[in-house]
Amino acid sequence: MYAIIVGAGKVGRNLARELIVRGHEVTLIDSSRACYLAIEEEFEHAAQYGDATELWVLERSGIQRADLVIAVTGDDEDNMLVCQVAREKYLCDRVIARVNNPRNHDHFRLLGIQPAVSATDLILRLIEHEVPSYGLVHLLALEEERLEIIELEVSADAPTVGQRLADITLPEGSLIISVLRDGAGFVPKPDTVIEGGDEVLLVLDPGLEEAITAYFTPDGRPAQA
Amino acid sequence: MFVLIVGAGRVGSAVAKSALAAGHEVSVVDEDPLSHERLDAGQSVGWEDAQGQFTVGTALEIDALIEAGIERADVFIASTDGDNTNLIIAQIAQKRFGVERVIVRVMDPARANWYGEQGLHTISPTKHAIEMFERALQPEPA
Repeated sequence: MYAIIVGAGKVGRNLARELIVRGHEVTLIDSSRACYLAIEEEFEHAAQYGDATELWVLERSGIQRADLVIAVTGDDEDNMLVCQVAREKYLCDRVIARVNNPRNHDHFRLLGIQPAVSATDLILRLIEHEVPSYGLVHLLALEEERLEIIELEVSADAPTVGQRLADITLPEGSLIISVLRDGAGFVPKPDTVIEGGDEVLLVLDPGLEEAITAYFTPDGRPAQA
Repeated sequence: MFVLIVGAGRVGSAVAKSALAAGHEVSVVDEDPLSHERLDAGQSVGWEDAQGQFTVGTALEIDALIEAGIERADVFIASTDGDNTNLIIAQIAQKRFGVERVIVRVMDPARANWYGEQGLHTISPTKHAIEMFERALQPEPA
């Protein structure tokens, strides 16, 4: 695979290293001369100096044959523009953008730039995962496919405790795909009985979170720690 | 006509003043409160007294754009000093707020051309400067 990485800060450099270790071809572009000189020593010909929002810089880096373009500069407009041009002008169908300000997420979505990754959102999700009082954790959101995977802690007095999976009718558009119990996970069968303290993983259509939560908490509110 | 101008540098503020003088309703957004002075400069009446609007905010701030009246704008002009910022906010004005006429300043002729082909009305001062230099270099007719 040939990947172009725009922005050689901490994120860009480390991504480049990891991709090279995995045997991929990489070009790492940065518009700061000082930054370029620093990466040139390590990455040699894979490092390029230039403003990748200029079309000729992208063309010089071989964008026409790129399989993947990753825009991870500290500027959201630049990241959006690089991805938009890569996709729409050079027909590179795989782009990944970094969102610096989570408030700009909507703009990436409006321009069809997916996936757009925001460190703030990722850390928030980790906090949700680490802090059990949230009850419901978003593990993965597939925006284009309109599906998400969530994790829920089953409260001891939830209406579903003691019931067989086959007897639990969940809302249309949701499915239990895994149960975590005593530190191990398994794929449940119709005769699996839900127990208090289980953690269940569900795949569901977006927007069903609230309806689903009610099945696994006593009063339909997120479980408290 | 309601004209919303984002970026009140030399170009943006001059266009704002002439649009207001031509009888249009004009609202200006700039991240620097000081750029308001450019709107007052050389005028006998202050910007607000002349019925001009001014909102402090960065271009990607939706709240600032809404406060400045983007929802009822007939014309949107993107004239900040960043090409990429201008190209992105112009598309936001077009796609999210459905502004009918969107005009974008893009210094880089290559980006101006390509986005022009995609349906944005781009103006590239650099391109005009190049043409003028080229014309000035031509030998004068005898």
